[in-house]
Amino acid sequence: MSVLRINKPGWFSVIQDSGRRGAQRSGLTEGGAADEHAYRWANKLLDNPMNAACVEVLMGNFSATLTDDALIAVTGADLDFRINDQPADNWSTHFLQGGDRIAFTGPRNGMRAYLGVAGGWLTPTCFGSRSVVVREGLGGFNGGPLVADDRLPFKPAERQHKRQLAPRYIPDYSRPLTLKVVPGYQCLQFGATDRRRFTTGEYEVSQRIDRMGYRLEGPRIVPENSGVISEGIALGAIQVPRDGQPIVLLRDRQTIGGYPKIGCVTSLGCSQLSQRGPGTMVRFEFINLEQAQSERLVFNRFFAASQWHPAGQTVVWP
Amino acid sequence: MKIQPVSEDAVLIQFGEEISEAHIPFIVTMERMVEERLGNALVDLVPSYTTLLVIYDLDRADHRQITRLLREIGQELEAHLSDAPTGRTVTIPVWYDPSVGFDLEALAERNSLSVEDVIHYHTGKPYQVFAIGFNPGFAFLGRVDRRIASPRHKSPRDAVPPGSVGIADVQTAIYPRQSPGGWQIIGRTPQAMFDPDQDPAHASLLQVGDEVSFRAVDRETFLELGGVL
Repeated sequence: MSVLRINKPGWFSVIQDSGRRGAQRSGLTEGGAADEHAYRWANKLLDNPMNAACVEVLMGNFSATLTDDALIAVTGADLDFRINDQPADNWSTHFLQGGDRIAFTGPRNGMRAYLGVAGGWLTPTCFGSRSVVVREGLGGFNGGPLVADDRLPFKPAERQHKRQLAPRYIPDYSRPLTLKVVPGYQCLQFGATDRRRFTTGEYEVSQRIDRMGYRLEGPRIVPENSGVISEGIALGAIQVPRDGQPIVLLRDRQTIGGYPKIGCVTSLGCSQLSQRGPGTMVRFEFINLEQAQSERLVFNRFFAASQWHPAGQTVVWP
Repeated sequence: MKIQPVSEDAVLIQFGEEISEAHIPFIVTMERMVEERLGNALVDLVPSYTTLLVIYDLDRADHRQITRLLREIGQELEAHLSDAPTGRTVTIPVWYDPSVGFDLEALAERNSLSVEDVIHYHTGKPYQVFAIGFNPGFAFLGRVDRRIASPRHKSPRDAVPPGSVGIADVQTAIYPRQSPGGWQIIGRTPQAMFDPDQDPAHASLLQVGDEVSFRAVDRETFLELGGVL
């Protein structure tokens, strides 16, 4: 069987697809690629099904060897990607041969890189998804992050194509980020002054960040009630505990929770946030629901309907 | 019933302001009808105490369509209600013993009861599943007899063993797997609460709306049923 053999697993590398559906009422988290934008591009570069599994590499220290020829794609954070110790392009496909070594050495811009392969990594599925949720110990080989000597199966490459994404599609994760927020849940439990403070102030990404959520530090906002009856939590929900510091809940969030929430960061905003490290400043901006829905629909339709230009650098609408 | 937008692809349906057994049939019936009517426009559902979170597929329906559909279902809800929303009654065997129920004796003493009283009250009535969360298969059950109600530990244990049965305030629950936790542990069940080989909607043994009873068993029965010490 063709496999990618892990030499150095990195700080925290996990297999992710687009996540689990229909399992939240059993208490299972959604999971899925933290940065959907970069993840979708990895599969788009490879003509993969939208839901094919990629390796999500956090900050690097990762190396692996291919046993067979493979067409791979690399997107997302710039973690100094290398092929056989030579620097290689990000946001690009690469045709590699059996025995080739790939590595992400360390972060230069962004937090999470996506490593895809034509046909996707064929690791075990759990509840219909290959996503690994470490807190639940579910998915992958053992419910944990990759470890040395793990072997990720794939189908050997049948064809190769060189694609390199044009710069205009590539986000710069070091740019200031404004997160768009749909007001919902208990927004009106926060007073007008606090809501204004929330959208005029700057928040710093703290050290306490992971796939479950990002704790931010900045102007305190305090809800009228310190708790609500536990309710289902949507992606991007901004919960505010007693200390008044917001937490943006991401892919590995718990399914229910009882902190007041001032709103929900859009899914595209969550993707961008997951590329920011401690010390980065972010802002919040309220938008209405229709605007949030249309931005997401444009994103969905772009990936579903656009096709590669023969030159392989850009996509065109049909 | 209130329907409010929550995010670009989720709405929250609120059935009341206070926790009450009376909401559960509404939530569970709504859950079932939403599942039937939305079909593949439905991504996921999270029922909990007084609410039902509905996550939908934005490629198949927008907020206005979803809200209209949910209102329609809401209007028909009364006609489809039944007293026993899921019709399921689950009996959970528990070995109540200080060797596995680390807080059993302390809880009894604090509440001026004997250990036998605690067991008697805990097994003495059926419970309603209010919510599933915290961990896969972790069911929040209510409500316990006031006489055995007990606050959480101030600092949670690092590792509560799987199968542990606990009390927190007026709720009781079973830890499906080892995890940190602050509930007062009074016993242990051999019953598996979570099955990763099931389909996602039935991975948890308990679902919101089920009725749960506890049955006291001795050490021997606990071990025969596959209990782990």
